[in-house]
Amino acid sequence: MNDEFAGDSSQWAFGTGFEDPLAGVDTTVPPGVDAAELAAYCLMLGDDALIMSQRLAEWCSRAPDLEEDIALANMALDLLGQARLLLTRAAAADPGLVPALPEGSPVPAEDALAYFRDAEQFRNVRLAEVENGDFAHVVVRLLLFSVARLALLERLRTSPDQVLAAVAAKGVKELTYHRDWAGRWFLTLAQGTEESRRRLVAALDALWPYQAELTDLGVELRQEVDVVLDQVFAVSGVERPGRAPLTGAGRDGAHTDALGPLLAEMQVVARAHPSGRW
Amino acid sequence: MSGRERAAEVALVGGAAAEVALVSARERAAEVAAGVRDPEMPMLTLADLGVLRGVEVNGGAVNGGAVNGGAVNGGAVNGGEVHGGEVHGGEVHGGEVHGGEEVVVSITPTYTGCPALATMRDDLVHRLREAGFARVEVRIVLDPPWSSDWISERGRAALREAGLSAPGPAPRRSGPIPLTLGPARSAPPCPRCGSAATRLTSEFGATACKALYRCTGCLEPFEHVKEI
Repeated sequence: MNDEFAGDSSQWAFGTGFEDPLAGVDTTVPPGVDAAELAAYCLMLGDDALIMSQRLAEWCSRAPDLEEDIALANMALDLLGQARLLLTRAAAADPGLVPALPEGSPVPAEDALAYFRDAEQFRNVRLAEVENGDFAHVVVRLLLFSVARLALLERLRTSPDQVLAAVAAKGVKELTYHRDWAGRWFLTLAQGTEESRRRLVAALDALWPYQAELTDLGVELRQEVDVVLDQVFAVSGVERPGRAPLTGAGRDGAHTDALGPLLAEMQVVARAHPSGRW
Repeated sequence: MSGRERAAEVALVGGAAAEVALVSARERAAEVAAGVRDPEMPMLTLADLGVLRGVEVNGGAVNGGAVNGGAVNGGAVNGGEVHGGEVHGGEVHGGEVHGGEEVVVSITPTYTGCPALATMRDDLVHRLREAGFARVEVRIVLDPPWSSDWISERGRAALREAGLSAPGPAPRRSGPIPLTLGPARSAPPCPRCGSAATRLTSEFGATACKALYRCTGCLEPFEHVKEI
């Protein structure tokens, strides 16, 4: 807590202004690392986590039973935490990314990035943003997402940027649980009833075209992801879908129609009161 | 004794006194910080939980020179207990330390999104201010990431006494993380009746750090602090 806030308990109404998630962390960009590239990379991974978290949070109170409801909320919370760190890291590396707000606005950089960008400025994969379906849909979505994110974060533990490396090392522990949860439910639904299997296969078919975008960051990453997915498919007795990847890329800001309404709901109050304090 | 020698002696004695004051302030701050409890598992202190990573006290500027007081560096990591630690860089440049010591407390989140972190910060600031430290700064440490192995023995006993199951050893991995599709982790014994016949209900509990189990012996549900 900075001294300037001592005795002033007010904060921005929609964020936790004085609680910089990187307070005291050295955010100097290491030599040899391009600050703008690092920021863009962190923004991309932060946006994946933020949008996925928002979709998972929409499941709150709607899961088939209380335990799974809590599980989905837990995973949403982990990803929200990762999003906060990554967006804060992006803003520290390249302050030019942060949308300009009115003079004296109390909105911290992470919130400015989350609440004051439009759809085309988001860099998340489209898998994260598509609308929620049934329970099989969220299981498949989480499987595809967590298999790829875990593989990526494992690699990023050795990032030359000490902040990104630390976020990755922590995220690996969290994603391990997410991936296990999704894998187990995939297997359960595949081997459950005819209806559960039908729904699972339908969800996999619908989401598969979005999968390639997740691993568009390197050949080795794609191979690692394929190994894990094939393992899940084999154990579950489900065929690897043959549908071709969608063209275009959420990474370039070319999103589906689903992102706009998601952002509208997430951002509406913040945008209506950019200087709100409580 | 020349005037100059006399002045040097005064400065030296003053410096030693200041250092003693600073060490004692640091010990006091470390004690207060170590006593703050986890908001979600109040049977544990932040030190027991292993999230308290360090307490430093920096004296006010003396004679224009920065006073870098004693640092308890990572003392918290050792079994989750904050030990007195050694005083590093305790250079005090003569004169007396004013009442304006700054306490810098370092904490690490258990899970990235743990909402209790904000409450931990607030509690640390309030408790240290109550203890007379006007300036308190709470810093976040992300590296190395928190491990359930850092929960102290005292913390583990407190968890069991409160009906929670303490974590086993955190997994140590090299190479790719294996996908676990079955209930491969060995189930912990029931913290109430000691029965080994327990069943995982959910890997995700009421807080990010806990899983849910049920004892098939006494039929009671219980929470288990996860191994990470």
